[in-house]
Amino acid sequence: MSLLEIKNLHANVAGREILKGIDLSINAGEVHAIMGPNGSGKSTLAQVLSGRDLYQVTAGEVVYDGKDLLAMSPEDRAREGIFMAFQYPVEIPGVSNLYFLKAALNAVRKHQGLSDLDAMDFLALVKERMALMEMDQSLLNRAVNTGFSGGEKKRNEIFQMAVLEPKLAILDETDSGLDIDALKIVASGVNALRDPQRAMIVVTHYQRLLNYIVPDFVHVLAEGRIVKSGGKELALELEESGYVGIEEVVENA
Amino acid sequence: MTAAPTSFLEQIREEARQRFSELGYPTTHDEDWRFTSVAPISRTNFEPSGAGTLPAAASKAASGVQISRLSEANVEPYLARYASYQSNAFVALNTANFEDGIFIHIARGAVIEHPIELVIQSSANGHPTASHPRILVVAEPDSQATIIETYSGSGGAYFTNAVTEIVAGDHAVIDHYKLQTESDLAFHVATLQVQLGRDTNFRSHSLSFGGALVRNDINAVLSQGCECTLNGLYLVSGEQHIDNHTSIDHAKPHAASHELYKGILQGHSTAVFNGKILVRKDAQKTDAKQTNKNLVLSEDAVINTKPELQILADDVRCTHGATIGQLDPEAIFYLQSRGIGLADARNLLILAFARDIVDRIKVAPLREQLEQILLEKLHGTSN
Repeated sequence: MSLLEIKNLHANVAGREILKGIDLSINAGEVHAIMGPNGSGKSTLAQVLSGRDLYQVTAGEVVYDGKDLLAMSPEDRAREGIFMAFQYPVEIPGVSNLYFLKAALNAVRKHQGLSDLDAMDFLALVKERMALMEMDQSLLNRAVNTGFSGGEKKRNEIFQMAVLEPKLAILDETDSGLDIDALKIVASGVNALRDPQRAMIVVTHYQRLLNYIVPDFVHVLAEGRIVKSGGKELALELEESGYVGIEEVVENA
Repeated sequence: MTAAPTSFLEQIREEARQRFSELGYPTTHDEDWRFTSVAPISRTNFEPSGAGTLPAAASKAASGVQISRLSEANVEPYLARYASYQSNAFVALNTANFEDGIFIHIARGAVIEHPIELVIQSSANGHPTASHPRILVVAEPDSQATIIETYSGSGGAYFTNAVTEIVAGDHAVIDHYKLQTESDLAFHVATLQVQLGRDTNFRSHSLSFGGALVRNDINAVLSQGCECTLNGLYLVSGEQHIDNHTSIDHAKPHAASHELYKGILQGHSTAVFNGKILVRKDAQKTDAKQTNKNLVLSEDAVINTKPELQILADDVRCTHGATIGQLDPEAIFYLQSRGIGLADARNLLILAFARDIVDRIKVAPLREQLEQILLEKLHGTSN
């Protein structure tokens, strides 16, 4: 059984249909890239999977780890092992990064029937994962994302992912706004988290990220449908031809 | 005709009694009371609470501090010289009726490390009672002290009408905390009148959570080179009403005032913030900053916020700002997406809103108590 099974998923935002029948099956250990032009529904798919209530699912189903994902609250999805790295991480003044991470990790652990991690073990874990992301430890005591640079915010997302160790990670345009050095750090952090037990969905507009995070599968999304699927070479194809060929596919469909 | 000599206390009591009978209770026609009706107080027949306040742990007072009853000390140079019973009806009512109060004297140059805590507890048994706590703090020049007033109570309706006068000598450093957790049915009116000498550093922290009807007046008069900080935090829910009026009188040059009041409103609660800043003609190089931020968590809650700046000097910097906002849904979702439940996510963000005020509290046990109160208040109510 696959870890994530999406069938005929339709979703609206503000009455407008964005997803028009997505079918996708993802197994543990796989990395799937979802590419597509702006407005194709890539980010909507990521947001729907993480439970953002701005989007209304109008048809279809999503089975995650044998459970009805769409019936779950956003926090329960996270506790069940879904993690979305935000395209635009939210600034939360007044809440320290450390406190936030501890609350998150303990919420997930509680759901798994585990006790709270004690302060020493938590700090050790956090420091180890920070080193992975080449992050300055001073960021721990700063308010969540507040005053962080674009690169720091994206690194902070992957750092959270490294601490929470999800079963399914969804990276929503994690490459946007990153210079090449930051991109390499983020990609190496993501690669370090690749695991036979963990699946990843990498949503991106550009092929560039996929030079560093090499996917097992590439899907092309256009106008709310997956119009083409293939191996990693599909990304290179798109790099050369752009999305022009894809739009023709849609028109002829 | 020879009148029997009357004591100073008797004399001011009598004057205040007369003045109150002339003033009467304020009404919403008075600009200063526009949004706060005290009819629930004026139409209740309160009995005196009887029990006078006692000096708290006077015997344990550190050297350099003297704590005594007002009737036992020579308070004539200070008492009722600053808090005006001529213009403020509740001050007049207090002055006419206080059961005896507390006088705290900090000696010149004394640095009092441990906070001096005054605990005012009320209880109403059967019928409504009124008490009029009166506190006078005189800090001699170069002294340093921390004063904590805590107000709490139990039982049915009662009325606490407190007046505190603080007179700080030159170069004194005074931290004042007031933690108000009166019962749900209580009426609480309090005036803090502060007279600051040259180059004093005064910080007030007004933390208000309890009471059905609450009015706090803080009036500070600044001399040259003063630094005056007014921090405030209020959290109200249900049918609670809280009114914070502050007044900062920049009478002399080179003084700074920083004011930050934050409010959290739930249920059908109402809140008023009125921040007056007067910069007199002589008070050049004044630096005054006033901020009032409100987090309104219910559609039925109402906040009235008003800055009142009167600037008569020309070389000054005065800024003010007020905000009224809700919790950020993006932030709530972000926290949820990391496994934090909706209620916890909301509470985390509410506490984050209060965070900077909480962090300014330097007395660790008080800060912990405040965090505890906030958590209890947030968990005890939904929206």
